Amino acid sequence: MIGKTEAGSCGCGTPAPAAPDYTGKSKSQKRLILLLGVGLALWVAIYLLIGPLADYITYSLIQLPAGSQLASSIAFFLYEAPKVILLLILIVFGVGIIRSYFTPEKTRQLLSGKREYVGNIMAGGLGIVTPFCSCSAVPLFIGFVETGVPLGVTFTFLIAAPMINEVAVVLLLGTFGWQIALLYIVTGLFIAITAGWIIGRLKLERHIESWVYEIKIADSTSPAEHLSFAGRINYGLNAVREIVGKVWPYVLAGIAVGAVIHGYVPEGLMASFMGKNVWWAVPAAVLLGIPMYSNAAGIVPIMQALMEKGAALGTTLAFMMAVIGLSLPETIILRKVLKWPLIGVFIGVVAIGIILIGYLFNAVL
Amino acid sequence: MIIKVLGPGCARCQNLEKVVREVVRSLKLDVRVEDVRDMKQIMQYSILATPALVIDEKVVMSGKVPTKKEVEQLITGAIADDKQE
Repeated sequence: MIGKTEAGSCGCGTPAPAAPDYTGKSKSQKRLILLLGVGLALWVAIYLLIGPLADYITYSLIQLPAGSQLASSIAFFLYEAPKVILLLILIVFGVGIIRSYFTPEKTRQLLSGKREYVGNIMAGGLGIVTPFCSCSAVPLFIGFVETGVPLGVTFTFLIAAPMINEVAVVLLLGTFGWQIALLYIVTGLFIAITAGWIIGRLKLERHIESWVYEIKIADSTSPAEHLSFAGRINYGLNAVREIVGKVWPYVLAGIAVGAVIHGYVPEGLMASFMGKNVWWAVPAAVLLGIPMYSNAAGIVPIMQALMEKGAALGTTLAFMMAVIGLSLPETIILRKVLKWPLIGVFIGVVAIGIILIGYLFNAVL
Repeated sequence: MIIKVLGPGCARCQNLEKVVREVVRSLKLDVRVEDVRDMKQIMQYSILATPALVIDEKVVMSGKVPTKKEVEQLITGAIADDKQE
Protein backbone atom coordinates (compact mmCIF):
# COMPACT_ATOMS: atom_id res chain seq x y z
CA MET A 1 0.00 0.00 0.00
CA ILE A 2 2.86 2.37 0.74
CA GLY A 3 4.19 2.03 -2.78
CA LYS A 4 0.85 2.95 -4.18
CA THR A 5 0.35 6.19 -2.32
CA GLU A 6 3.84 7.26 -3.26
CA ALA A 7 3.17 6.63 -6.91
CA GLY A 8 -0.13 8.47 -6.59
CA SER A 9 1.42 11.59 -5.13
CA CYS A 10 4.34 11.94 -7.50
CA GLY A 11 2.90 10.35 -10.60
CA CYS A 12 1.02 13.40 -11.91
CA GLY A 13 -1.87 11.42 -13.30
CA THR A 14 0.10 8.43 -14.51
CA PRO A 15 -1.25 5.24 -13.02
CA ALA A 16 0.64 3.34 -10.39
CA PRO A 17 3.00 0.85 -11.99
CA ALA A 18 2.32 -2.71 -11.00
CA ALA A 19 4.14 -3.08 -7.70
CA PRO A 20 7.65 -1.88 -8.49
CA ASP A 21 10.16 -3.44 -6.19
CA TYR A 22 13.24 -1.26 -5.98
CA THR A 23 14.74 -2.82 -2.89
CA GLY A 24 17.18 -5.59 -3.70
CA LYS A 25 16.53 -5.12 -7.40
CA SER A 26 19.89 -6.33 -8.67
CA LYS A 27 19.72 -9.39 -6.43
CA SER A 28 16.30 -10.46 -7.64
CA GLN A 29 17.36 -9.68 -11.19
CA LYS A 30 20.33 -12.01 -10.85
CA ARG A 31 18.07 -14.71 -9.52
CA LEU A 32 15.70 -14.21 -12.45
CA ILE A 33 18.52 -14.54 -14.98
CA LEU A 34 19.68 -17.70 -13.21
CA LEU A 35 16.16 -19.12 -13.33
CA LEU A 36 15.92 -18.26 -17.02
CA GLY A 37 19.22 -20.03 -17.66
CA VAL A 38 18.04 -23.15 -15.84
CA GLY A 39 14.80 -23.07 -17.76
CA LEU A 40 16.63 -22.80 -21.06
CA ALA A 41 18.96 -25.69 -20.21
CA LEU A 42 15.99 -27.82 -19.24
CA TRP A 43 14.31 -26.89 -22.51
CA VAL A 44 17.34 -27.96 -24.57
CA ALA A 45 17.60 -31.25 -22.65
CA ILE A 46 13.95 -32.12 -23.26
CA TYR A 47 14.21 -31.06 -26.88
CA LEU A 48 17.15 -33.40 -27.48
CA LEU A 49 15.39 -36.27 -25.72
CA ILE A 50 12.08 -36.36 -27.62
CA GLY A 51 13.49 -37.92 -30.80
CA PRO A 52 15.00 -41.03 -29.15
CA LEU A 53 12.06 -41.23 -26.74
CA ALA A 54 9.50 -41.26 -29.58
CA ASP A 55 11.37 -44.11 -31.27
CA TYR A 56 11.74 -45.97 -27.99
CA ILE A 57 8.01 -45.78 -27.23
CA THR A 58 6.96 -46.77 -30.74
CA TYR A 59 9.36 -49.61 -31.44
CA SER A 60 10.43 -50.93 -28.03
CA LEU A 61 7.61 -50.14 -25.63
CA ILE A 62 4.56 -50.83 -27.81
CA GLN A 63 6.70 -52.94 -30.16
CA LEU A 64 5.14 -51.91 -33.43
CA PRO A 65 6.82 -53.47 -36.46
CA ALA A 66 9.26 -51.04 -38.07
CA GLY A 67 8.09 -49.80 -41.44
CA SER A 68 4.39 -50.40 -40.83
CA GLN A 69 1.91 -47.59 -41.53
CA LEU A 70 0.71 -47.45 -37.94
CA ALA A 71 4.24 -47.29 -36.53
CA SER A 72 5.23 -44.52 -38.91
CA SER A 73 2.11 -42.52 -37.98
CA ILE A 74 2.64 -42.95 -34.25
CA ALA A 75 6.36 -42.20 -34.30
CA PHE A 76 5.59 -39.08 -36.35
CA PHE A 77 3.03 -37.87 -33.83
CA LEU A 78 5.11 -38.66 -30.74
CA TYR A 79 8.03 -36.71 -32.15
CA GLU A 80 6.25 -33.78 -33.80
CA ALA A 81 3.76 -32.92 -31.05
CA PRO A 82 6.21 -32.30 -28.18
CA LYS A 83 8.72 -30.70 -30.55
CA VAL A 84 6.26 -28.13 -31.87
CA ILE A 85 4.85 -27.38 -28.40
CA LEU A 86 8.39 -26.85 -27.07
CA LEU A 87 9.28 -24.53 -29.94
CA LEU A 88 6.04 -22.64 -29.40
CA ILE A 89 6.80 -22.07 -25.72
CA LEU A 90 10.32 -20.79 -26.40
CA ILE A 91 9.49 -18.48 -29.30
CA VAL A 92 6.22 -17.14 -27.92
CA PHE A 93 8.13 -16.27 -24.75
CA GLY A 94 10.90 -14.52 -26.70
CA VAL A 95 8.46 -12.65 -28.93
CA GLY A 96 6.46 -11.71 -25.82
CA ILE A 97 9.51 -10.02 -24.37
CA ILE A 98 10.17 -8.16 -27.62
CA ARG A 99 6.51 -7.15 -27.74
CA SER A 100 6.65 -5.67 -24.27
CA TYR A 101 8.71 -2.92 -25.88
CA PHE A 102 6.21 -2.22 -28.66
CA THR A 103 2.83 -1.06 -27.49
CA PRO A 104 0.25 -0.05 -30.10
CA GLU A 105 0.58 3.52 -28.80
CA LYS A 106 4.29 3.58 -29.50
CA THR A 107 3.76 2.09 -32.95
CA ARG A 108 1.22 4.75 -33.78
CA GLN A 109 3.60 7.43 -32.65
CA LEU A 110 6.31 6.00 -34.90
CA LEU A 111 4.00 5.82 -37.89
CA SER A 112 2.03 9.04 -37.70
CA GLY A 113 3.06 11.58 -40.28
CA LYS A 114 5.19 9.05 -42.15
CA ARG A 115 4.79 9.19 -45.91
CA GLU A 116 4.24 6.15 -48.11
CA TYR A 117 7.26 3.96 -48.96
CA VAL A 118 9.07 4.51 -45.65
CA GLY A 119 5.79 4.39 -43.78
CA ASN A 120 4.74 1.17 -45.50
CA ILE A 121 8.04 -0.54 -44.83
CA MET A 122 8.03 0.51 -41.18
CA ALA A 123 4.41 -0.52 -40.76
CA GLY A 124 5.22 -3.98 -42.09
CA GLY A 125 8.03 -4.50 -39.60
CA LEU A 126 6.04 -3.04 -36.73
CA GLY A 127 3.10 -5.26 -37.70
CA ILE A 128 5.22 -8.25 -36.77
CA VAL A 129 6.36 -7.04 -33.35
CA THR A 130 3.34 -5.10 -32.11
CA PRO A 131 0.84 -7.18 -30.16
CA PHE A 132 -2.35 -7.41 -32.17
CA CYS A 133 -5.55 -9.36 -32.03
CA SER A 134 -8.11 -9.14 -34.78
CA CYS A 135 -10.80 -7.98 -32.37
CA SER A 136 -8.71 -4.84 -31.89
CA ALA A 137 -8.66 -4.09 -35.62
CA VAL A 138 -11.33 -1.38 -35.42
CA PRO A 139 -9.96 0.76 -32.55
CA LEU A 140 -6.51 0.41 -34.07
CA PHE A 141 -7.71 1.46 -37.51
CA ILE A 142 -9.52 4.52 -36.16
CA GLY A 143 -6.67 5.45 -33.84
CA PHE A 144 -4.17 5.25 -36.68
CA VAL A 145 -6.17 7.04 -39.38
CA GLU A 146 -7.33 9.80 -37.01
CA THR A 147 -3.84 10.70 -35.89
CA GLY A 148 -2.45 11.07 -39.37
CA VAL A 149 -1.16 7.63 -40.26
CA PRO A 150 -1.86 7.37 -44.03
CA LEU A 151 -4.55 4.86 -45.06
CA GLY A 152 -2.13 2.73 -47.08
CA VAL A 153 0.35 2.56 -44.20
CA THR A 154 -2.45 1.54 -41.85
CA PHE A 155 -3.39 -1.25 -44.23
CA THR A 156 0.17 -2.51 -44.43
CA PHE A 157 0.04 -2.86 -40.67
CA LEU A 158 -3.35 -4.57 -40.72
CA ILE A 159 -2.14 -7.08 -43.32
CA ALA A 160 1.24 -7.83 -41.76
CA ALA A 161 0.05 -8.15 -38.16
CA PRO A 162 -2.15 -11.23 -38.50
CA MET A 163 -0.34 -12.86 -41.42
CA ILE A 164 3.15 -12.90 -39.97
CA ASN A 165 2.63 -14.08 -36.44
CA GLU A 166 4.90 -15.99 -34.15
CA VAL A 167 2.78 -19.13 -34.18
CA ALA A 168 3.00 -19.39 -37.97
CA VAL A 169 6.75 -18.81 -37.90
CA VAL A 170 7.32 -21.40 -35.16
CA LEU A 171 5.36 -24.06 -36.97
CA LEU A 172 7.09 -23.40 -40.27
CA LEU A 173 10.41 -23.46 -38.46
CA GLY A 174 9.61 -26.70 -36.71
CA THR A 175 8.16 -28.54 -39.66
CA PHE A 176 9.93 -27.15 -42.74
CA GLY A 177 13.13 -25.62 -41.37
CA TRP A 178 14.37 -22.06 -41.14
CA GLN A 179 14.62 -21.43 -44.88
CA ILE A 180 10.87 -21.77 -45.41
CA ALA A 181 10.13 -19.82 -42.23
CA LEU A 182 12.30 -16.97 -43.45
CA LEU A 183 10.76 -17.17 -46.92
CA TYR A 184 7.33 -16.86 -45.35
CA ILE A 185 8.32 -13.78 -43.33
CA VAL A 186 9.95 -12.06 -46.30
CA THR A 187 7.14 -12.74 -48.78
CA GLY A 188 4.48 -11.90 -46.18
CA LEU A 189 6.18 -8.57 -45.55
CA PHE A 190 6.47 -7.97 -49.27
CA ILE A 191 2.75 -8.56 -49.80
CA ALA A 192 1.79 -6.36 -46.83
CA ILE A 193 4.05 -3.51 -47.96
CA THR A 194 3.05 -3.51 -51.64
CA ALA A 195 -0.65 -4.14 -51.01
CA GLY A 196 -0.72 -1.27 -48.49
CA TRP A 197 1.15 0.96 -50.90
CA ILE A 198 -1.30 0.18 -53.72
CA ILE A 199 -4.31 0.81 -51.47
CA GLY A 200 -2.76 4.13 -50.46
CA ARG A 201 -2.22 5.04 -54.11
CA LEU A 202 -5.83 4.33 -55.04
CA LYS A 203 -7.03 7.20 -52.81
CA LEU A 204 -9.93 5.34 -51.26
CA GLU A 205 -10.40 7.56 -48.21
CA ARG A 206 -14.00 8.31 -49.22
CA HIS A 207 -14.87 4.65 -48.64
CA ILE A 208 -14.21 4.89 -44.93
CA GLU A 209 -17.43 5.13 -42.93
CA SER A 210 -18.09 8.78 -42.14
CA TRP A 211 -18.54 8.25 -38.38
CA VAL A 212 -14.85 7.47 -38.16
CA TYR A 213 -14.06 11.09 -38.99
CA GLU A 214 -16.62 12.42 -36.52
CA ILE A 215 -14.80 10.92 -33.58
CA LYS A 216 -12.60 13.31 -31.73
CA ILE A 217 -9.47 11.54 -30.68
CA ALA A 218 -7.80 13.03 -27.69
CA ASP A 219 -4.05 12.79 -27.51
CA SER A 220 -2.96 9.41 -26.36
CA THR A 221 -4.64 9.00 -23.02
CA SER A 222 -3.70 5.40 -22.57
CA PRO A 223 -1.18 4.89 -19.83
CA ALA A 224 2.41 4.49 -20.93
CA GLU A 225 3.80 1.44 -19.27
CA HIS A 226 7.30 1.35 -17.93
CA LEU A 227 8.11 -2.24 -17.29
CA SER A 228 10.97 -3.53 -15.23
CA PHE A 229 13.02 -6.50 -16.36
CA ALA A 230 10.90 -8.76 -14.19
CA GLY A 231 7.81 -7.15 -15.67
CA ARG A 232 8.95 -8.04 -19.18
CA ILE A 233 9.67 -11.63 -18.17
CA ASN A 234 6.19 -11.70 -16.74
CA TYR A 235 4.79 -10.31 -19.99
CA GLY A 236 6.55 -13.11 -21.88
CA LEU A 237 5.22 -15.77 -19.51
CA ASN A 238 1.71 -14.34 -19.83
CA ALA A 239 2.02 -14.52 -23.61
CA VAL A 240 3.01 -18.18 -23.33
CA ARG A 241 0.07 -18.89 -21.03
CA GLU A 242 -2.40 -17.07 -23.25
CA ILE A 243 -1.20 -18.14 -26.71
CA VAL A 244 0.10 -21.65 -26.09
CA GLY A 245 -2.86 -22.27 -23.77
CA LYS A 246 -5.24 -21.41 -26.58
CA VAL A 247 -3.43 -22.99 -29.46
CA TRP A 248 -2.23 -26.39 -28.24
CA PRO A 249 -5.40 -28.37 -29.02
CA TYR A 250 -5.23 -27.13 -32.62
CA VAL A 251 -1.59 -28.08 -32.83
CA LEU A 252 -2.27 -31.60 -31.56
CA ALA A 253 -5.27 -32.01 -33.87
CA GLY A 254 -3.29 -30.70 -36.83
CA ILE A 255 -0.37 -33.02 -36.11
CA ALA A 256 -2.72 -35.97 -35.64
CA VAL A 257 -4.29 -35.37 -39.05
CA GLY A 258 -0.80 -34.85 -40.45
CA ALA A 259 0.31 -38.14 -38.89
CA VAL A 260 -2.54 -40.04 -40.54
CA ILE A 261 -1.69 -38.50 -43.92
CA HIS A 262 1.96 -39.24 -43.26
CA GLY A 263 1.33 -42.91 -42.61
CA TYR A 264 -1.58 -43.80 -44.88
CA VAL A 265 -1.87 -41.50 -47.90
CA PRO A 266 0.07 -42.89 -50.87
CA GLU A 267 3.11 -40.99 -52.15
CA GLY A 268 2.40 -38.59 -54.96
CA LEU A 269 -1.37 -38.50 -54.48
CA MET A 270 -1.38 -34.74 -53.90
CA ALA A 271 0.78 -34.11 -56.95
CA SER A 272 -2.23 -34.70 -59.19
CA PHE A 273 -4.18 -31.71 -57.87
CA MET A 274 -1.82 -29.64 -55.73
CA GLY A 275 1.30 -30.21 -57.79
CA LYS A 276 3.42 -27.75 -59.71
CA ASN A 277 1.92 -28.50 -63.08
CA VAL A 278 -1.69 -27.87 -62.12
CA TRP A 279 -2.08 -24.28 -63.28
CA TRP A 280 -5.34 -23.57 -61.44
CA ALA A 281 -4.16 -24.95 -58.11
CA VAL A 282 -2.81 -21.66 -56.71
CA PRO A 283 -5.91 -19.48 -57.27
CA ALA A 284 -8.12 -22.36 -56.17
CA ALA A 285 -6.12 -22.74 -52.95
CA VAL A 286 -6.39 -19.00 -52.25
CA LEU A 287 -10.13 -18.83 -52.98
CA LEU A 288 -10.63 -21.80 -50.71
CA GLY A 289 -8.45 -20.25 -48.02
CA ILE A 290 -10.04 -16.78 -47.79
CA PRO A 291 -13.31 -17.73 -46.07
CA MET A 292 -11.59 -20.38 -43.97
CA TYR A 293 -10.49 -19.25 -40.59
CA SER A 294 -7.93 -21.16 -38.64
CA ASN A 295 -4.91 -20.10 -36.76
CA ALA A 296 -1.60 -21.21 -38.16
CA ALA A 297 -1.43 -23.84 -35.46
CA GLY A 298 -3.88 -26.21 -37.07
CA ILE A 299 -2.93 -25.67 -40.65
CA VAL A 300 0.84 -26.06 -40.81
CA PRO A 301 1.11 -29.72 -39.77
CA ILE A 302 -1.47 -30.62 -42.41
CA MET A 303 0.44 -28.61 -45.00
CA GLN A 304 3.60 -30.50 -44.17
CA ALA A 305 1.92 -33.84 -44.69
CA LEU A 306 0.38 -32.64 -47.97
CA MET A 307 3.73 -31.46 -49.27
CA GLU A 308 5.29 -34.76 -48.37
CA LYS A 309 2.82 -36.41 -50.70
CA GLY A 310 3.59 -34.16 -53.65
CA ALA A 311 1.79 -30.84 -53.13
CA ALA A 312 3.88 -27.94 -54.45
CA LEU A 313 5.44 -25.43 -52.03
CA GLY A 314 3.98 -22.33 -53.74
CA THR A 315 0.46 -23.71 -53.70
CA THR A 316 0.79 -24.78 -50.09
CA LEU A 317 2.20 -21.45 -48.90
CA ALA A 318 -0.48 -19.53 -50.81
CA PHE A 319 -3.17 -21.59 -49.12
CA MET A 320 -1.70 -20.94 -45.70
CA MET A 321 -1.32 -17.19 -46.27
CA ALA A 322 -4.92 -16.94 -47.47
CA VAL A 323 -6.22 -18.85 -44.46
CA ILE A 324 -4.44 -16.86 -41.77
CA GLY A 325 -3.93 -13.52 -43.56
CA LEU A 326 -7.44 -12.99 -44.85
CA SER A 327 -10.29 -14.12 -42.72
CA LEU A 328 -14.03 -13.73 -42.74
CA PRO A 329 -14.32 -12.69 -39.07
CA GLU A 330 -11.77 -9.90 -39.47
CA THR A 331 -13.49 -8.69 -42.63
CA ILE A 332 -16.81 -8.53 -40.83
CA ILE A 333 -15.21 -6.57 -37.99
CA LEU A 334 -13.60 -4.14 -40.46
CA ARG A 335 -16.94 -3.60 -42.18
CA LYS A 336 -17.84 -1.36 -39.21
CA VAL A 337 -15.33 1.20 -40.42
CA LEU A 338 -14.90 0.42 -44.12
CA LYS A 339 -17.46 0.51 -46.91
CA TRP A 340 -17.74 -2.46 -49.25
CA PRO A 341 -15.63 -1.06 -52.13
CA LEU A 342 -12.66 -0.60 -49.80
CA ILE A 343 -13.12 -4.06 -48.30
CA GLY A 344 -13.29 -5.47 -51.83
CA VAL A 345 -10.08 -3.72 -52.84
CA PHE A 346 -8.37 -4.86 -49.64
CA ILE A 347 -9.23 -8.53 -50.16
CA GLY A 348 -8.62 -8.34 -53.91
CA VAL A 349 -5.17 -6.77 -53.69
CA VAL A 350 -3.97 -9.12 -50.96
CA ALA A 351 -5.41 -12.19 -52.71
CA ILE A 352 -3.71 -11.27 -56.00
CA GLY A 353 -0.44 -10.75 -54.15
CA ILE A 354 -0.68 -14.17 -52.54
CA ILE A 355 -1.53 -15.83 -55.86
CA LEU A 356 1.47 -14.22 -57.57
CA ILE A 357 3.76 -15.37 -54.76
CA GLY A 358 2.35 -18.89 -55.09
CA TYR A 359 3.05 -19.00 -58.83
CA LEU A 360 6.50 -17.53 -58.30
CA PHE A 361 7.54 -20.24 -55.84
CA ASN A 362 6.08 -22.99 -57.95
CA ALA A 363 8.09 -21.70 -60.90
CA VAL A 364 11.37 -21.09 -59.06
CA LEU A 365 11.62 -23.98 -56.63
CA MET B 1 -17.14 4.88 -8.63
CA ILE B 2 -17.99 3.55 -12.08
CA ILE B 3 -15.88 0.92 -13.79
CA LYS B 4 -16.34 0.40 -17.50
CA VAL B 5 -15.13 -2.55 -19.51
CA LEU B 6 -14.64 -1.55 -23.15
CA GLY B 7 -14.81 -4.32 -25.72
CA PRO B 8 -16.93 -5.27 -28.71
CA GLY B 9 -17.68 -8.71 -27.29
CA CYS B 10 -14.62 -10.71 -28.22
CA ALA B 11 -13.44 -13.60 -26.08
CA ARG B 12 -10.72 -11.60 -24.34
CA CYS B 13 -13.15 -8.78 -23.60
CA GLN B 14 -15.54 -11.20 -21.94
CA ASN B 15 -12.63 -12.54 -19.92
CA LEU B 16 -11.83 -9.07 -18.63
CA GLU B 17 -15.48 -8.52 -17.73
CA LYS B 18 -15.45 -11.71 -15.70
CA VAL B 19 -12.22 -10.85 -13.89
CA VAL B 20 -13.46 -7.35 -12.99
CA ARG B 21 -16.77 -8.60 -11.65
CA GLU B 22 -15.03 -11.24 -9.58
CA VAL B 23 -12.65 -8.70 -8.07
CA VAL B 24 -15.46 -6.26 -7.27
CA ARG B 25 -17.42 -9.05 -5.61
CA SER B 26 -14.48 -10.35 -3.59
CA LEU B 27 -13.49 -6.86 -2.40
CA LYS B 28 -17.15 -6.12 -1.58
CA LEU B 29 -16.89 -2.76 -3.27
CA ASP B 30 -19.80 -0.47 -3.91
CA VAL B 31 -19.07 0.25 -7.56
CA ARG B 32 -21.00 0.00 -10.77
CA VAL B 33 -19.52 -2.20 -13.50
CA GLU B 34 -20.68 -1.40 -17.03
CA ASP B 35 -19.89 -3.13 -20.29
CA VAL B 36 -19.48 -0.81 -23.24
CA ARG B 37 -19.91 -2.71 -26.50
CA ASP B 38 -20.81 0.05 -28.93
CA MET B 39 -17.79 0.90 -31.04
CA LYS B 40 -18.58 4.61 -31.22
CA GLN B 41 -18.75 4.86 -27.45
CA ILE B 42 -15.61 2.79 -27.06
CA MET B 43 -13.72 5.12 -29.34
CA GLN B 44 -14.59 8.10 -27.14
CA TYR B 45 -11.78 6.87 -24.94
CA SER B 46 -9.11 6.97 -27.67
CA ILE B 47 -7.85 3.48 -27.08
CA LEU B 48 -5.93 1.48 -29.67
CA ALA B 49 -6.61 -2.02 -28.46
CA THR B 50 -9.48 -3.78 -26.79
CA PRO B 51 -10.30 -4.84 -24.16
CA ALA B 52 -9.76 -1.75 -22.03
CA LEU B 53 -10.60 -0.82 -18.47
CA VAL B 54 -11.94 2.61 -17.55
CA ILE B 55 -12.25 3.74 -13.93
CA ASP B 56 -14.18 6.98 -13.41
CA GLU B 57 -13.75 7.97 -17.06
CA LYS B 58 -10.00 7.42 -16.99
CA VAL B 59 -8.40 4.66 -19.11
CA VAL B 60 -6.23 2.64 -16.77
CA MET B 61 -5.39 -0.30 -19.02
CA SER B 62 -5.86 -1.42 -22.59
CA GLY B 63 -5.03 -4.27 -24.89
CA LYS B 64 -4.62 -7.11 -22.43
CA VAL B 65 -6.42 -9.28 -19.97
CA PRO B 66 -4.90 -8.52 -16.58
CA THR B 67 -4.79 -10.95 -13.70
CA LYS B 68 -7.13 -10.56 -10.74
CA LYS B 69 -4.27 -9.14 -8.72
CA GLU B 70 -3.55 -6.48 -11.33
CA VAL B 71 -7.21 -5.46 -11.49
CA GLU B 72 -7.30 -5.30 -7.71
CA GLN B 73 -4.28 -2.98 -7.71
CA LEU B 74 -5.80 -0.76 -10.39
CA ILE B 75 -9.07 -0.42 -8.49
CA THR B 76 -7.57 0.11 -5.02
CA GLY B 77 -5.07 2.53 -6.58
CA ALA B 78 -7.93 4.57 -8.05
CA ILE B 79 -9.72 4.57 -4.69
CA ALA B 80 -6.57 5.83 -2.98
CA ASP B 81 -6.23 8.59 -5.61
CA ASP B 82 -9.85 9.55 -5.00
CA LYS B 83 -9.31 10.01 -1.30
CA GLN B 84 -6.31 12.24 -1.83
CA GLU B 85 -8.19 14.63 -4.05
